[in-house]
Amino acid sequence: MGGGEALSVYAILLGTVAAIAAGLTGSFALMKRITLAGDVISHIALPGIGLAFLFGFNPVLGGATTLLAGTVVIAKLEERTGLTTDAMIGVVFAASLAIGALVTPNQDLAEALFGNLRPVSPLGLSLGLGATALVIGTLWWNRHRMILHLFSSELATTLGVDGRRLNLIFMLLFGVTVLLGLQFLGALLASALIMIPPTIGRRLTHRLSHFMAISAAASVISVLGGLAVAAWRHLPLGPTVVTFASALFGLSLFMKER
Amino acid sequence: MPTILEVRSLNVRVNGRLLLGDVNLSVERGDAVLVLGPNGAGKTVLLKALLGLLPHEGHFAWTPSGLRIGYVPQRVDVDAHLPLCGRNLLEAKAALLRLERSAIDSALERAGIGWDLMEGPIGHLSGGQFQKILIAFALLGDPEVLMLDEPTTGLDEPSAENIYDLLRRLRAGGVTVILVSHDLGLAYHFATKVLCLSTLALCFGTPDQALTPATLKALYGARYEGASESLRSGRA
Repeated sequence: MGGGEALSVYAILLGTVAAIAAGLTGSFALMKRITLAGDVISHIALPGIGLAFLFGFNPVLGGATTLLAGTVVIAKLEERTGLTTDAMIGVVFAASLAIGALVTPNQDLAEALFGNLRPVSPLGLSLGLGATALVIGTLWWNRHRMILHLFSSELATTLGVDGRRLNLIFMLLFGVTVLLGLQFLGALLASALIMIPPTIGRRLTHRLSHFMAISAAASVISVLGGLAVAAWRHLPLGPTVVTFASALFGLSLFMKER
Repeated sequence: MPTILEVRSLNVRVNGRLLLGDVNLSVERGDAVLVLGPNGAGKTVLLKALLGLLPHEGHFAWTPSGLRIGYVPQRVDVDAHLPLCGRNLLEAKAALLRLERSAIDSALERAGIGWDLMEGPIGHLSGGQFQKILIAFALLGDPEVLMLDEPTTGLDEPSAENIYDLLRRLRAGGVTVILVSHDLGLAYHFATKVLCLSTLALCFGTPDQALTPATLKALYGARYEGASESLRSGRA
């Protein structure tokens, strides 16, 4: 195996473990009913990716910067205008997409929007695996608090669960998970693996542990299946992976709902 | 019996509106306190304030601090699509409190429910089944004080009676019970103390001291003025 091939294998490995994190984060996002808001927020990464292409630095770093800045801008605008969070997310999302499309060099726009399987360096792999371990580990550590908070924030509070802190932790995990998918799926579809696999899991089971396992598995199958089809038919990676995930959801419609 | 809860001049305001005013009470270990009052009188507000869920003015203290308190809320608006079952809830609480598995078995046994009820999604449970799981959840961890907010609402007569039997057994075992209910009869069949609320505290004391005709009239209107006599004569 040559050096270039090894770097591509690293990319596939990272994509697979990031898919597990996406499936698990998505399971909680679905239960909290925040998948769509999270999805919209993820698009705020686009201007950062565009600037990264323009000035030649790491797109994930660029995306992370505008994602963080965008979240702060939403909170500040909400404070200053007195308008609701969803209205502010809408404004910042549309502006980000527009600015991102303007600053991204034309030849890179498709990759910024829809992702690509770029070779991953050993350092990139280590950082990615570390971030994935952080997401999965934090979800596991907080799972009991999150379950109780989902059921009843009041009862959870009586047991010492700090709901605001838990929400903040979850939104940070959501952001990190989006960043993990950014390179593969692009800014438009980065959170698709957070949204779609849990719907498959929920269709097939009502048991929490099975739901989370199926969500993670459907996410991994989507990434591997999407990668294979994209390589075979020379298709853009992000849309192929997401179409694969959507097809799995379509298949789940023919199975008995639990 | 030692005092377990002391409340002095407790007020609760939300958005500047007084929801509960000038509540004073003293609860001893093993007491069964019945909180009475019409709708909107502040009964639920009182329980939530005592649990630290609402900001308050005035003073209250549980003794000793760190007392184990179980709480059965009046309602939990559960998303029917949540893939959660009773087992997940009790296991999560047991994990947070670092309890052994046997503690869950014990809570289920005391609440009179089997594991079969714990395996179905909570969104598919009947009101009565859900209530029993809430009670088992509250009993997990062996609470020294149990606060229940209208625990028999929506239950059939035998289920409600089972809950009162359970509360009597818990009391016999030394558990202090604070119960919000509309059932005036409980004042004479169950309670050692009664607190009457109508935003302000109108009475507190033993049922005989607290439920005077004047208090009942102030709480529920003139039709209830003579209710204490008939309820007292029907005392179990």
